[in-house]
Amino acid sequence: MKLLVCISKVPDTTSKINFVDNNTKFDENGVQYIVNPYDEWYALVRALELVEAQGGSVTTITVGTASDDPTIRKALAIGANDAVRIDADPSDPHFVAKQIAEYAKNENYDIILTGKETINYNGSQIGGMIAEMLNTPFVSLATKLDVNNNVATLERDVKGGVEVVEVVTPFVLSAAKGMAEQRIPNMRGIMAARTKPLNVISPVEQEPLSSVVKFELPDAKSGCKYIEPENMDELVELLHNEAKVI
Amino acid sequence: MSVVVFVEVKNKVSKAAMEAVYYGSQLGSVTVVTYGDTSEEILKELGNYGAENILVCRSLNESNDQALTNLIVAAVEKTNAEFVVLAQDQTGKGVGPRISAKLNAGHISGAIDLPETSNGFVVKTNVYSGKAIAHVALHSAKKVISILPNSLAPQLNQKDANLEEFSPDLGTFGIKVKELKSQGDGVPLPEAELVVSAGRGLKGPENWGIVEDLADVLGATTACSRPVADIGWRPHHEHVGQTGVAIRPNLYIAAGISGAIQHLAGVNGSKVIVVINTDPEAPFFKAADYGIVGDAFEVLPRLTEAVKKFSASQN
Ligand SMILES: Cc1cc2nc3c(=O)[nH]c(=O)nc-3n(C[C@H](O)[C@H](O)[C@H](O)COP(=O)(O)OP(=O)(O)OC[C@H]3O[C@@H](n4cnc5c(N)ncnc54)[C@H](O)[C@@H]3O)c2cc1C
Ligand SMILES: Nc1ncnc2c1ncn2[C@@H]1O[C@H](COP(=O)(O)O)[C@@H](O)[C@H]1O
Repeated sequence: MKLLVCISKVPDTTSKINFVDNNTKFDENGVQYIVNPYDEWYALVRALELVEAQGGSVTTITVGTASDDPTIRKALAIGANDAVRIDADPSDPHFVAKQIAEYAKNENYDIILTGKETINYNGSQIGGMIAEMLNTPFVSLATKLDVNNNVATLERDVKGGVEVVEVVTPFVLSAAKGMAEQRIPNMRGIMAARTKPLNVISPVEQEPLSSVVKFELPDAKSGCKYIEPENMDELVELLHNEAKVI
Repeated sequence: MSVVVFVEVKNKVSKAAMEAVYYGSQLGSVTVVTYGDTSEEILKELGNYGAENILVCRSLNESNDQALTNLIVAAVEKTNAEFVVLAQDQTGKGVGPRISAKLNAGHISGAIDLPETSNGFVVKTNVYSGKAIAHVALHSAKKVISILPNSLAPQLNQKDANLEEFSPDLGTFGIKVKELKSQGDGVPLPEAELVVSAGRGLKGPENWGIVEDLADVLGATTACSRPVADIGWRPHHEHVGQTGVAIRPNLYIAAGISGAIQHLAGVNGSKVIVVINTDPEAPFFKAADYGIVGDAFEVLPRLTEAVKKFSASQN
């Protein structure tokens, strides 16, 4: 089984979010980067489990600059066989998807796994775009994945419940919580990761179709109004007359 | 300007569908595209929010990403539309990016507002798990906009919608649906306007009755913090936060939840937040509009009674 896992780097979940340069750039000052949790905990770990049980290889792919290499090495330490980095700034989702689709086009991957979303952009876009560019099915929000020869059985979140689906490879999926459990890399993995191949390749042309003009922080709450625990009638009154939500 | 709005309608027009149609009507003349065997009468209600034409594909009965992409793109070709508008729900997350890739159209994923068009075409979306807002410009001729549920107040915009059956070639279905495990008929979390949520402070799954009672009298949907879903006290689909469902209801009531940054990331878009916690230092109070320092086991039943009394007085 030949699997490709799309990995991106994101600020640690406890990072303070600020912007610089007139609110056009994320303030990286003091920010720790991690592998996007959906990519690492769910997509990558499930891919590794499948290959460990059935044979094959797991390659990670990242559209990013050299500053992504430490997070790519983390994915290698967890167990991926090798990594590809497409050397470009991942600004526009079409651009990112196009790079990955172009790379994957002639490589015959059975499954391309992405995370459900990046926790910085929350776009949930890349997986579906890759699937369309490669003309394969896209199983979004998958919470379970089993593969038997070339037929995969998955569970995924749909409106109103969970759907069990069957898909013939090749296809693309986005991984959500439930697909696997987080793995902590061990010392041997970390040592091995240093010498695993990380192939850097150049991007193909693709006009960006979108760009971020600026960022803003949401309005701060004006402060909490405290209500005595005995006075729930007062709370209901405030929710009705002041907040107007009930 | 011609706009294609994709909606899913079962036995009732959902808030997400109203939002999408209303959003579309603010961009131009709306053709709704939908599928399934929903009655003509229900579909025509979409006219209340600005739909002028409704194309319904009766032969399609499942939400298949490839088939829906072909259906929507066929509607775009038929109407020569510049915009595609849909909801950023589970279906939208599957088809929105596909359509945008197929049309080579820029995509706003999770619009929270109508576009600003004084200088280009710029739409706000939530980023950094709700901790910031990005103003995203689209540069392509065609544009796809997926709306984050509960972002707008859809207004009535009465049109006499014309209904037409539509059966373009839907291509191949790569995904075979074997089974649907239903979560019941309640309002799904991302669309819920009122949410009652609880965390580890509730001590055990046997204590959720007081949470459900409050949700019942409010007509709210229940949610929970991540550890509560992880240890199996509550089903996974109720888990809200950075790694769970992101929600933006009008009212979010959180009992026995400390307010960790990863939890806040999924709920800080709520219009009004009520926090019930025994610990006055709980970080959640900083994000709250109304705070009750108290024991959830006493406060929740009391609040339920107060809501009952209030509802009775309204009738
Ligand atoms: C990468 C990452 C992602 C994460 N994603 C999420 C996520 O998506 N969603 C999420 O929720 N968490 C997430 N977490 C976990 C998060 O950091 C917190 O651990 C979690 O939210 C805490 O859950 P809790 O508030 O229910 O429990 P606790 O932190 O244990 O808080 C329980 C609270 O209940 C109060 N309490 C106790 N008894 C009572 C009582 N009788 N009445 C009223 N109050 C009482 C206590 O004072 C305390 O504040 C994530 C963590 C990481 C590292
Ligand atoms: N720069 C990138 N390089 C590789 N994969 C990415 C990149 N950005 C996003 N992805 C993948 O696409 C998924 C969805 O990202 P997004 O559409 O940004 O929410 C992520 O979980 C990753 O698996």
